[in-house]
Amino acid sequence: MALILELAGQTVQMFLVLAVAPLVLGVTRKIKARLLRRIGPPVWQPYIDLWKLLHKEAVLAHNASWLYRVAPYLVFATTWVAAALVPTYATNLMFSWSADLIAIVALLATGRFALALAGMDVGTAFGGIGSSREMMISSLAEPAMLLVVFSVALIAGTTQLSSIAATFVDSSVGLRVSLGLAMFAFVFVAIAENARIPIDNPATHLELTMVHEAMVLEYSGRHLAMIEAAAAIKLVLYFSLLACLFLPFGMATIDRSLDALAFGVVTYLAKIFALAVLLPIGETAVAKMRVFRYPIFLGGAFAAGALAVFLLFVSRGF
Amino acid sequence: MHTIGFDIAHLLAGSMLVLSFVLLYQDRITAVLNVFALQAIALSLSVAWQAVFQDAPHLLVTAGVAFVVKGIIIPTALHRIVRRLGIHREIEQVLSAGPTMLTGLGLVALSILLVMPAGESVSVLVREDLAFALAVILLGLLMMITRRNAVTQIVGFMSLENGLVLAATGAKGMPLVVEFSVAFSILIAFIVFGVFVFRIRERFDTVDVSALDQFRGERGDRA
Repeated sequence: MALILELAGQTVQMFLVLAVAPLVLGVTRKIKARLLRRIGPPVWQPYIDLWKLLHKEAVLAHNASWLYRVAPYLVFATTWVAAALVPTYATNLMFSWSADLIAIVALLATGRFALALAGMDVGTAFGGIGSSREMMISSLAEPAMLLVVFSVALIAGTTQLSSIAATFVDSSVGLRVSLGLAMFAFVFVAIAENARIPIDNPATHLELTMVHEAMVLEYSGRHLAMIEAAAAIKLVLYFSLLACLFLPFGMATIDRSLDALAFGVVTYLAKIFALAVLLPIGETAVAKMRVFRYPIFLGGAFAAGALAVFLLFVSRGF
Repeated sequence: MHTIGFDIAHLLAGSMLVLSFVLLYQDRITAVLNVFALQAIALSLSVAWQAVFQDAPHLLVTAGVAFVVKGIIIPTALHRIVRRLGIHREIEQVLSAGPTMLTGLGLVALSILLVMPAGESVSVLVREDLAFALAVILLGLLMMITRRNAVTQIVGFMSLENGLVLAATGAKGMPLVVEFSVAFSILIAFIVFGVFVFRIRERFDTVDVSALDQFRGERGDRA
């Protein structure tokens, strides 16, 4: 019985993330449109888009290999599994012990690797540009992300996300500069990884500086639906990570009553949608960067992450 | 060990270090001056917190001096100089921001490694203050090396001096006379700098100090 309940908790989390992801994307698009004084599509438009794409014929290039057909499902699967491992409304869910924060980073990297290969598979120039830029961005963003992981793990004493969230929830951590710096670095990395505005523009296919959209330019039909769903889930995953690491209040930890769980779900949704409103506000305030400025942007994230780790060493000793 | 007092001291000193990095990174001159003012304010807050924490009221005077001189007078004066030179919109080409940041991180690591064994016997707070202060000093030096504009080099020097004051307040029992003489020497140095900047501009029509290189006499054109 206990096993069934635990499994149910984990399933709720997985499908909660999946169900809410297009809505989050819709909210960010709507807010952004309103900020630009457009009316914008309704917030459920991403659901309709996904439905439409799933029922359209998938057009394949003549020279597309099996890799091209497998990659979208692989990307979707790795992203969804990674999202299932991040504690959202409760800690200690059933799967949370199977992988830690570093494994989540690795899962996302696997998906990105598959997508970059698929981008080069058909042999168009745009796909190649997109793949090469995506790899450049990820090679710059991943060291910064790992430093964030280290600084959080040094404070909590573990890389296990559930335990980290449980440690931070009971607020014995106090006021930490390191956590602030780590959050700063994490936000930068999240912007780069989700192809949001100073790095990439998610709204256009017709720009020479595009990165993520250039890789998926050749995709159509159900393949494109998988990729778009994966992108939406990835955004929610980063929101959830941010909420779980730096704003973990309201999560159900030891108390497993229905009330605590419901409260956890409500606060989780509130946090996610607050972030979904903040993101487009930040995006409209800055301009897109030149490609050659990316190392400086992500170098800032790396520097902040490294400083966070250094400051921890000063206060703890070795 | 981790009381709230310690955490606040850590926060303020840490934010000074972060602002040093921002100074290193920032390439707009007016923004550099604003960040410098912010760092001076962080310094005065940090010193004031030390005054409360160490129960040493004379440090409050130091905090006040730091706030008035470096948080208000010097930044306003620098803003006026920059405006009169007509370079307030200028974007300085920082020599390769990436390697500079990496060097800065290396300097922070170095200062932590240096202070750690030296400060085994003292309290964590003093050790931490010394490590941060040394890092801020080294970053100020690095800023003076990497910048080519005379005004931002001055800012590098002033931020180095912020680090000195931070180090001095961490050590218990520094006499007030020293504080005042340091503050005044900084003001005088600032006036000399100010005159100097205008002299450089008059001679070479720029405040880019790389224009001075050809007058050093090292690269004699004997060949």
